[in-house]
Amino acid sequence: MDVATSPPAPQGGFSFLNCLRNTALEQGLVSQGFQAPKARKTGTTIAGLVCADGVVLGADTRATDDMVVAEKNCLKIHYLAPNIYCCGAGVAADAEATTQLLSSKLELHSLATGRPPRVVTANRFLRQMLFRYQGHIGASLIVAGLDSTGAHLYSVHPHGSSSRLPYNSMGSGAGAAISVLEDRFKPKMELLEAQELVADAIQAGILGDLGSGSSVDLCVITQDGARLLRGYRTPAAPGKRLGRYRYRAGTTAVLSEKVELRSLEVLEEHVQSMDVE
Amino acid sequence: MAGCGAPCGAGAEVRTGTTIMAVEFAGGVVVGSDSRVSAGEAVVNRVFDKLAPLHKRIYCALSGSAADAQAIADMVHYHLELHSMDMDDPPLVLAAATLVRGISYKYKEELSAHLMVAGWDHRKGGQVYGTLGGMLTRQPFAIGGSGSTYIYGYVDAAYKPGMKLEECQQFTKNAIALAMSRDGSSGGVIYLVTITKAGAEEQVFLGDDIPKFYDE
Repeated sequence: MDVATSPPAPQGGFSFLNCLRNTALEQGLVSQGFQAPKARKTGTTIAGLVCADGVVLGADTRATDDMVVAEKNCLKIHYLAPNIYCCGAGVAADAEATTQLLSSKLELHSLATGRPPRVVTANRFLRQMLFRYQGHIGASLIVAGLDSTGAHLYSVHPHGSSSRLPYNSMGSGAGAAISVLEDRFKPKMELLEAQELVADAIQAGILGDLGSGSSVDLCVITQDGARLLRGYRTPAAPGKRLGRYRYRAGTTAVLSEKVELRSLEVLEEHVQSMDVE
Repeated sequence: MAGCGAPCGAGAEVRTGTTIMAVEFAGGVVVGSDSRVSAGEAVVNRVFDKLAPLHKRIYCALSGSAADAQAIADMVHYHLELHSMDMDDPPLVLAAATLVRGISYKYKEELSAHLMVAGWDHRKGGQVYGTLGGMLTRQPFAIGGSGSTYIYGYVDAAYKPGMKLEECQQFTKNAIALAMSRDGSSGGVIYLVTITKAGAEEQVFLGDDIPKFYDE
């Protein structure tokens, strides 16, 4: 691509022409003291691990708009295939749209090949698509599942790089979560122990990261299928109010009452008829 | 999120940081790398294998932007497989290196990854090619990545032509261990691949198996 000549003609796919318009608008807005709206990121702590019977994925449920919690119970664990699920961090819309597109592609591929989809296929589709968009699609994903070749977990970054690992965490709470996983992970863990470990990792993110909160969702994928455990744990339940903040009528005593009538004089009347034909 | 507590590698691009190295010997090549992948200050993968197979007896070592490097390796792997079917023969290492160099040069402005190509073929035996910036150069040994700057002196002093397989493996391990201890972007474990006529043998060296020097 010769960057010195004019930009290439738009061909199918994402058009970046609006980026020029947006920059111009933003510059105009800033001079008047306004700010262009930012894409909403999910904040987020997501984590996953491979255990003896399959994989366990976990995520928190808070979606933030800068410093405001936009959604207290959003679902960050997305369906890709009956045996493959994906946790999404980064820009909420990008993660959602990418996983939906990937789910469709996997279904079509599965129908064409006559075989259940493989996690490695999901990983490759994701990598190639995200690389093509050069990081403009801000989706950080942990894809995991159980297929004919075994249990696998891949973490994919927005620019299109991916790693296959036995466990990993992503999102703003990744630091808190990975420390829990690094401490207690063992290969071939029992399912219940694995679930508790992932829940603890997400909890560390919920308690220790401002961008993550509310409750822990888990997704367990084994030979028997996938189970989505919504609200597996709520480490930070809202506290019970100890008093009432509403005052009943009559709390303030009325000492006296005075009614004054005001007479109003009609000065001018103007009638306009409506044409109802 | 401004000032988020966790190491905010979430926004930064994922790079392999890296120390990579490849050495020719009579009969094949030894390729080695560290295993650290960083995004800003955070390490996102501490056991990443940067030695990617391009074909049965040809490997490439990845450095620079993780996404770019993986994408190039995937593309070349694909092209080599087709090429090998067309020729009905295992591909030459030069062919693999030329493919890598072609992509690296054409998209020089857009990509920021360096792949070192090494392998064995029946025509010229063990070969190491550097493709930095889109050039193509065969070298008796090559080092690359951010950690390589710390070991130029060591490799220049320690390299002897005509080393045997075990000597090459030790040379590579020593050099990478030294770089890992000095470069913040390199670390983890050492991956080694030995490629000969018989095929490719992969090894991992962890913890105490990594060579130690005076201060460890």
